[in-house]
Amino acid sequence: MSPELAITLTILLPAAATLLLAVLDKRPNLREAVSLLTAGALFVIVLGLLQTVLDGAQPTAHWFDVLPGLSLAFEIEPLGMLFGVVAAGLWIVTALYSIGYMRGNNETNQTRFYICFAIAISAAMGIAFAANMFTLFIFYEVLTLSTYPLVAHKETDVARKGARTYLGILITTSIGFQLVAIVWTWVVAGTLDFEQGGILADKIDPTLLPFLLALYAFGIGKAALMPFHRWLPAAMVAPTPVSALLHAVAVVKAGVFTMLKVGVYIFGIDLLATTGAADWLMWVAAFSILAASIVAMTKDNLKARLAYSTISQLSYITLGMALATSLGVMGGAMHIAMHAMGKITLFMCAGAIYVATHKTEISDMDGLGRLMPFTYGAFFIGALSIIGLPPLGGAWSKWYLMLGAADAGQIIMMGVFMVSSLLNIAYLLPVVARGFFMGNTGPLAYSVGAAAVPSKGIQEAPLWCVVPPCLTAIGCLLLFFYAGDIYTLIEPVAFPEGTSQP
Amino acid sequence: MLSSLSAHMPVLQVIVLLIAAPLCALFGNRHLAWTIAFIAALAAFVISTFLLGSVLDGSVISYHLGGWAPPWGIEYRIDAANAFVLFIVSLIGVLVLPYARQSIEREFEASTHTYFYTCYLLCLTGLLGVAATGDAFNVFVFLEISSLATYALVAFGAKRDKRALTAAYNYLIMGTIGATFFVIGIGFLYMVTGTLNMADLAVRLAEVGDTRVTRVAFVFILVGMGLKLAMFPLHLWLPNAYSYAPSAITAFLAATATKVALYVLLRFTFTVFQFDFPVQELTFEYVVMPLALVAMFAASIAAVFQKDVKRLLAYSSVAQVGYMLLGVALLTEAGLTAGIIHLFNHAVTKGALFLAVGCFVYQIGSSRLGDLKGIGKTMPWTTAALTAGGLSLIGVPLTVGFISKWYLIQASLETGSLWIAGLIVASSLIAVVYVWRIVEVAYLEPAPEGRKAKEAPLSMILPTYALVAASLYFGINSELTSSAASQAAKALYSATDLAVPPMQLTPSDPPSEGAVQ
Repeated sequence: MSPELAITLTILLPAAATLLLAVLDKRPNLREAVSLLTAGALFVIVLGLLQTVLDGAQPTAHWFDVLPGLSLAFEIEPLGMLFGVVAAGLWIVTALYSIGYMRGNNETNQTRFYICFAIAISAAMGIAFAANMFTLFIFYEVLTLSTYPLVAHKETDVARKGARTYLGILITTSIGFQLVAIVWTWVVAGTLDFEQGGILADKIDPTLLPFLLALYAFGIGKAALMPFHRWLPAAMVAPTPVSALLHAVAVVKAGVFTMLKVGVYIFGIDLLATTGAADWLMWVAAFSILAASIVAMTKDNLKARLAYSTISQLSYITLGMALATSLGVMGGAMHIAMHAMGKITLFMCAGAIYVATHKTEISDMDGLGRLMPFTYGAFFIGALSIIGLPPLGGAWSKWYLMLGAADAGQIIMMGVFMVSSLLNIAYLLPVVARGFFMGNTGPLAYSVGAAAVPSKGIQEAPLWCVVPPCLTAIGCLLLFFYAGDIYTLIEPVAFPEGTSQP
Repeated sequence: MLSSLSAHMPVLQVIVLLIAAPLCALFGNRHLAWTIAFIAALAAFVISTFLLGSVLDGSVISYHLGGWAPPWGIEYRIDAANAFVLFIVSLIGVLVLPYARQSIEREFEASTHTYFYTCYLLCLTGLLGVAATGDAFNVFVFLEISSLATYALVAFGAKRDKRALTAAYNYLIMGTIGATFFVIGIGFLYMVTGTLNMADLAVRLAEVGDTRVTRVAFVFILVGMGLKLAMFPLHLWLPNAYSYAPSAITAFLAATATKVALYVLLRFTFTVFQFDFPVQELTFEYVVMPLALVAMFAASIAAVFQKDVKRLLAYSSVAQVGYMLLGVALLTEAGLTAGIIHLFNHAVTKGALFLAVGCFVYQIGSSRLGDLKGIGKTMPWTTAALTAGGLSLIGVPLTVGFISKWYLIQASLETGSLWIAGLIVASSLIAVVYVWRIVEVAYLEPAPEGRKAKEAPLSMILPTYALVAASLYFGINSELTSSAASQAAKALYSATDLAVPPMQLTPSDPPSEGAVQ
């Protein structure tokens, strides 16, 4: 298969699967089989592309021109490849998990759920492989719209309100700021192609650069930079598989990935470093990291706590870009993968707890760990990875981010990373500790389906809800040992020829 | 035979409709009337497509009515600008007819259907005539033909809601004032130049220069057309007329009438008054642009608070006219291109939206938001069309609305005004609010008990989807529309270069033959 066809397939395959899913509305088993098969096929194609990229090629595909000079085109560079692999790989896990979760909860409108999910993945692939900012923006908006029905899934007043916040903030920022930034870039630079070293150097008055960067940084609402972060907690009304894949991986990572792309390929790290245009962004990101962590500690709802944790962790990546050093970019890129693996584990565990016990508040979860050891074990590993302890993947991304801060001479930012890690411990580990060590008060109303089961022995959620988080927990562990491969992949981006490597 | 006919194409599309209109009434059979109307409209569409194809390279077709050479005779002059408008109007004209045939069944008695088709054809005749002609007075004549037909068409809605009568009456008064202002303006121009041919006017006005009479003439024409195209605050006739007119007519008018009026304004502004004319620049900078900006916000905010979807979309139309005028008021070629491309894009989008709403009216007899709860489950296709049109109004990528926004923002950034770009996006965010009010009600509210609604008939769904498809296709591949719009902008700007100086016209021009330049 030629790389061009492969790129086109990564976008069209999930999109085409939606038709099959729609037809199979009344036959759930077949429908889920299609969903799984598509996920598998997509991952295989993406792996094929990964091989091509690792060989040093940058496959391209050109669809057609939308406006004169502005085309829908794709080009795979290492950052996009990384995001593509993460999103496609975790889709398989989530597809398995969705089956357990959606059936375990007897959710309605499951076909709509799977259709929107597939469109969202298709859009994520488009974002990952976009060759220019224009293409990226188009798929960015497709992703926003396709996830709206997922957030509003329950069709209750709460869901409708949450979905309204979700769409309101994401559309406002993307059309209100990002679109203006893109047209502005187009007017001054005459191109929107992603190019190593950026396209803005000498094209625009340097005093305007921070302003343009602000339009991008706040315009990329999916990166959840404060004060445009409210949509993420609001999106937690969605079923947990949505929170897991989209609001820990695809959607939010699409945001920070776009942030990295803008920093590296539109502005160029050198331009940011020499003009200091991103200095202010560093402080805003640092504020987001700390403030979101503190808010997370106050949340008793498990998913809300994880959501604020995500806001905090996303700003790590924004901060990595704003440091404007090669190591910062490396750390940011790695954190896309590391945080994705860790956070999806946490969310899937939260979902498993909900399916098994219908509990959402942390204070109600005392002693649950002894009943659900696998779920809690996976949660523990995921939490440690987010905190950044070896031997888990999260350690490496924090390592490189810290190195980046040191390289930029930003001692305060190093401090921010350290304080934030401590805060991570403070809000993640109590969940585990309560589960394993605190006694439960009163008999546990535990049920699967209608049958109530007495509270003793191991009482996990359905198999399909427990296996996926365990898999990703193992993934966190593996990432620690395979971080070198990610480093090799990202190396040409972070250290283009001529820059010294550590 | 065909080749001799093809030379007459500029006038033929008007004539065919004009002849077909009384035939509809004379035969007295509504099915036959519909067939005649459809064939005539289709012929007009084919001709205008052909015309657009032949002028897209920047050439101009000049047709001399009755063989009388301009400036004495009436000239029909087709360039990229009006060919584009002709194309839009005739496209909508032919698409709405199959829809109307079905939708008016439940809106008024069958005995009046033939008159409906007569009025419809007359209206279309007028609109096409306004766009095709190169004669200033001829514009007025056709404008009145289309307007009078429109008043009658709006009043056809009275069977469903009596308020259609007052709406039509209101429109009649306002429209007549507009037309009168316009003809007064033309009168002044004739007074100082002694000519009515637009190209000739342009040459002679440049000689007359910036006098008090030309200033007054310009302002009269601006206000007259401002009324017709619903320029804020002269839009007061529009919401009622659109709300109470029969569904098919609302869609037809929203997509064509205001657009043709805007074309006339552009033609006079950029072609007729194209000499160095400070009043015009000042008017656009200090009157039209602020009014356009106010329209974008005031009308959008008004739309948010409407309880009836038709009315909501009507207010949105006023706001969208604001976008077009804003592009024009930038007074650059890029701005003009943006205005013209939005003219097309909005015609397609609003046409699709009003057709979709018409399907609701057909099935549940109401377009009130409260009656549309949960309609997404029972009428999925119609609701999906409405949603797609709504996304285009917001300006979401892969819809025509996005192309318009892109051009508008680019044009305003090129003039260095970031604040205008900011206002454009800010007002399109208000569109998110009013579109999402509909989407939430249609999809997320539970349907009321006992409502028996099923999907609209295919003859209504298909035209709706034709326009939805156009609004998606031209949003994904805008090559045709963007090249047509930029050619149109060029044509408007450079029309005098092509004006035929009176000296060169010899009486020996062969009579009764169109001359193709």
